[in-house]
Order: sequence, then structure tokens, then C-alpha cells
Amino acid sequence: MTVLDIAGLSAALHGGRPVLRDVSLVIGEGEVHGLVGMSGAGKSMVARAVLGILPAAVRLTAGAIRFQGRDLVGLDERGYRRLLGRDIALIPQDPLSALNPSRRIEAQMTDVMRLHLGLSARAARDRALVLLNEVRIRDPEAVLRRYPHELSGGMRQRVLIAISFACEPRLIIADEPTTALDVTVQQQILVMIRGLQRRHGTAILFVTHDLGVVAKVCGRMSVMHEGMVLEQGAVADIMAAPGHAFTRALFAATPRYDRPVEALAPVPAAVLADIAAAAQAFDAGRPC
Amino acid sequence: MIVRQVLSRLLQALPTLVGVAVLVFVLVRVVPGDPIAMMIAPGASPDDIARLRGLYGLDRSIPEQFAIWAGRALAGDFGTSISLRQSVMSLVLARLPSTLELAVFATVIAIALGTALAVFGVRHRGRLGEAATDAATGFALSVPDFIWALLLMLVFGVLAPLLPISGRLDPSVDPGFVTRFYLVEALLRGRVAVAGDLVAHLLLPALALALPLAAMIGRVLKSSLAEEMLQDYVMLARVKGFSRWRIILGEALRNAAIPAVSLTGVQFTFLVGGTVLIEKIFSFPGIGNLAIDAVINRDLPLIQGLILVFALMFIVINLGLDLVYAALNPRLRHG
Repeated sequence: MTVLDIAGLSAALHGGRPVLRDVSLVIGEGEVHGLVGMSGAGKSMVARAVLGILPAAVRLTAGAIRFQGRDLVGLDERGYRRLLGRDIALIPQDPLSALNPSRRIEAQMTDVMRLHLGLSARAARDRALVLLNEVRIRDPEAVLRRYPHELSGGMRQRVLIAISFACEPRLIIADEPTTALDVTVQQQILVMIRGLQRRHGTAILFVTHDLGVVAKVCGRMSVMHEGMVLEQGAVADIMAAPGHAFTRALFAATPRYDRPVEALAPVPAAVLADIAAAAQAFDAGRPC
Repeated sequence: MIVRQVLSRLLQALPTLVGVAVLVFVLVRVVPGDPIAMMIAPGASPDDIARLRGLYGLDRSIPEQFAIWAGRALAGDFGTSISLRQSVMSLVLARLPSTLELAVFATVIAIALGTALAVFGVRHRGRLGEAATDAATGFALSVPDFIWALLLMLVFGVLAPLLPISGRLDPSVDPGFVTRFYLVEALLRGRVAVAGDLVAHLLLPALALALPLAAMIGRVLKSSLAEEMLQDYVMLARVKGFSRWRIILGEALRNAAIPAVSLTGVQFTFLVGGTVLIEKIFSFPGIGNLAIDAVINRDLPLIQGLILVFALMFIVINLGLDLVYAALNPRLRHG
């Protein structure tokens, strides 16, 4: 069954400058879909559109975001509030700033369960302990009493991951969840997200700029640039034979252990120019 | 931990108090004006004046006078008021509770009103509500407390005489209380009618003191709250499905209060200073009112005692602010 079906989604700044151009993307149940691109490609914009937290200057101009068959475009704040946290959750990018500095971990873990699952304080606490065990935090009782500043970045990201799984959502948006972390911690976190995702059968939209991350955790992927999806398919297929020149260039620009650093090349200007031309053609064909 | 912090801060405050005592002692003796001349009938003989000066120790040198005064002060004796002929200590103790009640009441109003303004302004960000709160804080901030006192008196005392404009309690009421903390005692004893009358008398002077402070708190808290609303943890709370009200009050307000407390802290001491004029305007029987009379009468012992009390209040307020600051910010607590 399809969990998320983004169809022909376009978005523009209030001034009219398009930021998303006809983005389509389908995520099935329990599937991990990698959304790859350079910064400014529009991948975070897609994530924010799904969560209904687009910046005030951006509005959707066309398309649909169907979550379990229901279109979220135009859903009011109240409708979103029932959905977010319970059916759709977020693993944020920066674990250092995503936790409230003046609230204990216990309060920040249990509030979402008490809100959506109607759990008592005690039941929510028990579930928080189970979740902390799942994200392999030692001495979860002590961690619940801590404030965020008393935990390391990796620990905080584990807590945030535990929070995202708290209400057994159908879909999790992971917005560059390992970018802000130490390289040695990144690997553990990725493996852990993958493990949790399999056990809970959660679908994940995995936003990242790192092809290595996509290769490790994603089944399918979309490559974005200039707000457009350039290529889409199974990760294994695209890795084996990238169809778009931009994707090939991205691979060439990704550091690998088996290649010298000198082999890294920036995305060729001609490829970028082609994409820009395509974007312009799209804008001309369907002016906003 | 906290007890030790409080004690060490109070010890550190001692030199401040000594400095204030020396400064005031010298100052009131250097400025022109003779307390004896103020108290005796015209036409008294030079001999009488000299005798009175000797009686109050005013014929000695200033260092000598200070040594005598300080020695007695350490034993809790701050001398006798020249104009009222009572011990300074008993005069201050009789009047201090009413000033404390007024100041605390005004502070509560200021914090409640300022917080409400800030929250309302942020909740209605970019809309008419925000413009209205900005205009209100700007206006309240640009009018000083004693002008507010006169305005409030005019509106609620004269144009629409809803509230009493002088005194602390209706003169016909004799509460028969043991303490001088009338409002506290009335509430504890469940004397609702007396408490109501006390609050009615407190309302206008407290409002006059509170409005500029409320505006200051409102303005500072609003800008720090608006900044907090852009933080990642607020975004995460939204994505958890919490309402805007819950996010403002439950997530952002406490963090926003941290810079607001440090920025508005000094204003709380202004409020205490403001009680002097406000008490005079509303004939409110507190130490501020007493202080003005003491200055007019050149009542040296009373002035000295009162200024020490004010200095002590400032010290306690600053200590309180530091404690509130530490309580709000968990990152400071284990330092």
C-alpha cells in the first residue's frame, strides 16, 4: 500500500520564482526513499511541504501530497496537528538545537505520547524507557532526568529518533539526520535508523546530500536539482547505471575510499546549464 | 547549595551597605539645612539650639558622629527620629510592610501584564494584534510612573470615581491585625471584605508603578519570544502536533524569559525607587512617603535609616533576580 504519494507538486516564492517543479514521488509501506541533491535543490522544501511547515514566503502552486490516500494540500492547522507526531514524524537535522534546552528529556519524550496516545504520565514514561532501550541508550532512567546540554550530540540524536518512533508513525521524514554528527557516530545512527525502520515497518523519506548514506539505508531514490526530480528508481539500479548526466556527476563528486581525491570532479557546468534550461522551459510552459 | 549561594551573596552585599551608610551619612551633613532649625519654634535662644544640637550629637565632628551612629546601628539601634521623636527602627518597621505589599503587588501586575502583552504580540505576529501591542507598550513606556499616577487618579478617582485614591485602608475599618502586612494577614484570616478594600486602595498606585515596567517586560520578552519561535525545538514541537498556544507557553516562554529577566532586572529596582513619589501622590503610608517627610524635615537619623532600608531592598531584589535566572536556566544550575 502506498503511504505517501506526491504528484506533480510545484511551489513558488511569493514573488513568483519557482522552488519546486512538478515533483512526483511515491513511497510504499515500509519503504525508505532517498531524496538526494545539492544544497538548494529543493529536497528540504519537499520535506517541509509534507509536514505543512513551508516558510511563509513559499506557497504550493500545483499538485497533491497524498498521505494514505488523503490529500494534505490545503489541510488546515487543526488537521495537521492530528496527523503530525502521530502518523507523520520528523527526525530533525541538528540534534543540538532540536531539543528544548530548559526541559528534561522525560518531558520532551512523553509529551507527544500523552498528546496522541492519551497515555498517563507513568505509561508514557515506561514507553519512553522502552524506546530509549531500542535506540541503545545505556541507563535510560538517568537519561530521562537529564537536560539536553548534559547529553552528547549522538545521544541527543538517539533521543530524537526515539521521539520520532514514539507513536508508531506510518511515515518518518528524516531531514539530513546524520549531517550534524561526528563521522564515527554517523554510521551507528544510520544502522540504528535502518534497524528500527525494519522492525517497526515505518516508511521513511530520507533527505540527504550524501550518496553514501543513500546506498546504505535507502531502497529507492530520487535525484533533485533546481526543484526538479531528474532521476528516480531503485538505488541499486541507479548506482549501477545512472541515467542522468547530473547523477553521474554527483557520483563522480562523491569521495570514495577506492579512488584518489584527485578523481573528484565538480558537476560540469554544461550539465548544470542543461538543467537550468529545462527549468526555464518548464516555467515558460506553465507560468505561475 | 542555594542556601550557601544566598548567604555568600548577602555577605558580599555588606560592603555595599557600609558604603551606602558612609555616603549618606556624610551627604546629609554636608548639604545645607539644619534639622534643629526645622524642629523648634522661631525665636528660640542660641543656648536652646546649642543644647538640642548637643542632645542629638550634632555638635561633634562627622567622623565622631559616624562612629557613634555605626556602633549603635550594629546593635540594632538606628537612633531616634528628630521630627517624629520615635525610634527609627520602629518607624521603619511600621511602614515597611505596606511598601513591600505595594511593590510586590505592582511587580505581579507588571509581570502578568508584560507577559500577556508579549505572548499576545507573538501569537498575532504580523497582524493587527501585534501592531496594537507594540503601540500600547510604546505608549506605556514613554509615560513615567508619576504621570500614570496622576492620570489614573484623574480617570478612576475623579471622572469615574470607582477606586479610592488615597491611603491604604478605609479609615472607618479597623482590622485589628497583629502584623503590618495587612493584605497578607487579611487573606490568611479569610477577611474577604478587608482584603477587597486593601486591594482597591492598592490598585491605582500599583498600576501606576507597574505600567512602565509591564511595557518594558512586554517589549523585551516579545522580541526574545519571537526569536525563540524560530528555533528548531519550536519547529519540532509543531511537528509533534502541539498547538501554537501550547508551544508559546509550554516550550518557548521559559527560554525567552532568560534574556528578558537579565534585561529587565534593573527595572525592578526602578519600581522600588518609584514607590517614593507614588506613595506621596496617593498618601500611601509606606516608607517612601516617610522618606519624603524625613528629607523635608532634615530628619538625619530617619533619612539614614530609610536609605539603608532602600539599599537593602535593592540588594535583595538583585539577589532574587539572580536566583530566578538560575532557576530558569538549567545550564547554570550545576555551575
